[in-house]
Amino acid sequence: MAGYIVRRLLQAIPVLLGTTFLIYFMVFAMPGDPIVALFGDKTPPPQVIEQLRARYHLDQPFIVQYFIFLGNIFRGDLGVSFSGQPVSEILAATFPVTLRLAALAVFFEMVAGVTIGLISGLRKGGIFDASALVVSLILISLPIFVVAFVAQFVLGIQLGWFRTTVGQGAPIQDLIMPAIVLATISFAQIVRLTRASVIDTEGQDFVRTAASKGLPRTRIVPVHILRNSLIPVVTYLAVDFGTLMVGATVTEGIFNVPGVGRTLYQAIIRGEGPTVVSFVTVMVLIYLVVNLLVDLLYAVLDPRIRYAK
Amino acid sequence: MKIRRIGVAAIALAAAGALTLSGCTSGDAGSTGEAGDSTAVITTNGSEPQNPLVPTNTNEVGGGKILDSIFAGLIFYDAEGAPVNDMAESIETDDAQHYTIKIKPDQKFTNGEPVDANSFVDAWNYGALLSNEQLSSYFFESIEGFSYDEDSELTGLEVVDDLTFEVTLKQPESDFPLRLGYSAFYPLPASAFDDMAAFGENPVGNGPYMLDGEGAWKHNERIDLVVNPDYQGPRQPANGGLSIIFYATQEAAYADLQGGNLDVLDAIPDSALGTYEDEFGDRAVNQGAAIFQSFTIPERLPHFAGDEGKLRRAAISMAIDRQEVTDVIFSGTRTPAHDFTSPVIAGYSEDIPGSEVLEFNPDEAKKLWAEADAISPWTGTFQIAYNADGGHQGWVDAVMNQLKNNLGIDAEGAPYPTFAEVRTAVTDRTIQTAFRTGWQADYPALFNFLGPLYGTGAGSNDGDYSSAEFDALMKEGLAETDLDAANEKFQQAQEILFEDLPAIPLWYATVNGAWSQSVENVEFGWNSVPLYYQVTKSE
Repeated sequence: MAGYIVRRLLQAIPVLLGTTFLIYFMVFAMPGDPIVALFGDKTPPPQVIEQLRARYHLDQPFIVQYFIFLGNIFRGDLGVSFSGQPVSEILAATFPVTLRLAALAVFFEMVAGVTIGLISGLRKGGIFDASALVVSLILISLPIFVVAFVAQFVLGIQLGWFRTTVGQGAPIQDLIMPAIVLATISFAQIVRLTRASVIDTEGQDFVRTAASKGLPRTRIVPVHILRNSLIPVVTYLAVDFGTLMVGATVTEGIFNVPGVGRTLYQAIIRGEGPTVVSFVTVMVLIYLVVNLLVDLLYAVLDPRIRYAK
Repeated sequence: MKIRRIGVAAIALAAAGALTLSGCTSGDAGSTGEAGDSTAVITTNGSEPQNPLVPTNTNEVGGGKILDSIFAGLIFYDAEGAPVNDMAESIETDDAQHYTIKIKPDQKFTNGEPVDANSFVDAWNYGALLSNEQLSSYFFESIEGFSYDEDSELTGLEVVDDLTFEVTLKQPESDFPLRLGYSAFYPLPASAFDDMAAFGENPVGNGPYMLDGEGAWKHNERIDLVVNPDYQGPRQPANGGLSIIFYATQEAAYADLQGGNLDVLDAIPDSALGTYEDEFGDRAVNQGAAIFQSFTIPERLPHFAGDEGKLRRAAISMAIDRQEVTDVIFSGTRTPAHDFTSPVIAGYSEDIPGSEVLEFNPDEAKKLWAEADAISPWTGTFQIAYNADGGHQGWVDAVMNQLKNNLGIDAEGAPYPTFAEVRTAVTDRTIQTAFRTGWQADYPALFNFLGPLYGTGAGSNDGDYSSAEFDALMKEGLAETDLDAANEKFQQAQEILFEDLPAIPLWYATVNGAWSQSVENVEFGWNSVPLYYQVTKSE
């Protein structure tokens, strides 16, 4: 088990190098000079531009810039943003917020998605199943910003149930509405996935065996059906984490959440290479760790799965 | 008139402003209590500063709004844009080139250091020094000793005594005193120079507000300001502090105002421009701003030089129905341009001879275009480059359609994906089309809209326009010590611009804002930023 984890972590190194290179290249290839843009519609004297370019190493060829960046990372220095704040500080301030938001969203989509999917699967073809299908189809077809604006307007402004945007320190109660909105992206998929998986499992021999042994339904459903149906759902959640991070960019903008998505978006607009690359690197890292955790979770859910040494 | 004292004129203007102000708000002020709660904190929208909070290194509105609250310069601008002495006792000159500046006694920074002549001279030297890489260094370029090519001291600054210093400019520039309210000219305490990076994070100022302790700047979230008890200037806060919340989008800020989480909002999102005035009634504002918008046609483009160019420029200008675009596309949040400056600037006039060229006149436009065709027949497509990330497509398409219909030529927008991209092409001179241009004044003066944009070789002269006559009038205007006489020269210079049309004026932007029921006395300054110090909050 430990050997497996170490191997997986070692595999992460080339992935990280590859992604930072690609991202750095993309930021570099972005047309336009971020220093010129710093001055708005005004044109600064050329000497001032040159100096600023030199300060951020923007006057160097791409490969040199990249190695300066890599070298600094190994020294634990992620660079500074244009506003003079160390990128590591920005990371430390924003990631907990987004992780909180994403975790809350996963919680909502798991609870709601798995429950509804389970009931649909157990009573397939019934009224509940049909209406769940309609609702999930509607949610799948709505872009997230529509859901977000409607929720903000109806729940935030008209009904006043939630704060319209997230307040100081991003407390949990302010994050509930954005998290529900974020959860709607994948909620429908989870419902469909759980339903199909439940129907599939229900037809398995071990479920029939359990039933013929005289086990009560209250034991068969959670232990025999649900647990075995969760494997594809959990796999999906790992992939979904990436979607949540992306969705967070839109949601965080609308609800003004001081998290990763909003900060990353601003950094891209301002052309702040170091900030963008550091953020994406950490996101890749999180993605890799979550995927590893999910692989380990399989073994817990299904004892037949074992990881060799 | 040899000696010019800004103070006198400013006080008169300020008094006039105060009278009109109290005249229109006294009605409802009486019913809800006069002063409001002097401890209530006003919340307002802002954006994360793009640079450390050092006055000479801040050139955008997110950081500027904070600096204007926590620093006090020699002068500040009242709601009408008139200069009022803040730290200055007097600013005097005989020739518009040599200035004697006296500072009010007993002014302090919030760390206890005195505000004296050295606070200004050292701060300006710091800001101007090449190796300090300050974004606003070019504001000091007219002071003697300034250099873009090497580190050099501003020899034109001389400390006379604790509270007096003298400024010598490279040439007479009568609007120099008007610039002194801009953030680049703020003073710095001596302690700032020990560690400017740390200072930029926790700046120590001398303004009406100060940071609410170390770490009051919560990056990407907000900054909390409290009243500075030591501030003795005229901008005395009528509230207990100011919290500036950083928003990534205007939509989020507007939702917060609607939801009651925000007191004062100074930017309305495009999606709400058509409805916000109905929704907020007399708590909404749509007033002129010191922002001029245009598109520039460089002379190097084929068909746009010489007499042919003049005819074509005039034809294009007259083929545009500005009123229609501002009404339909901008819901009245722009007003058609009548000159190259802005209506909020002292000296503005909407009937400068030659300004008829900005009136919609399709018949005349067709005629001029035909005359130009007689010199050299038109070929190709007329294009305006713009950045697609800034909401410009609507008006560009509308203007291009008008050109198509009224001149019978091919015309289309040329979108660039990002602002950085289009600005780089403009700065490098690689752009081969006309392009959108805009100017937001740094300080309220006509010259600021003209000199930096159309003077030969000037910094933001992106179209490389050059006119000896125009340059001469600018110079004469700058040498006048009387503001009215100077403005007269500047208006004459605009007559030349109307003939040559280096840029086609389009419209002036307005500031759109609104505020919640809990605040009163909200007034927007000449630079579109609310005068936060006079806002009162009941509760």
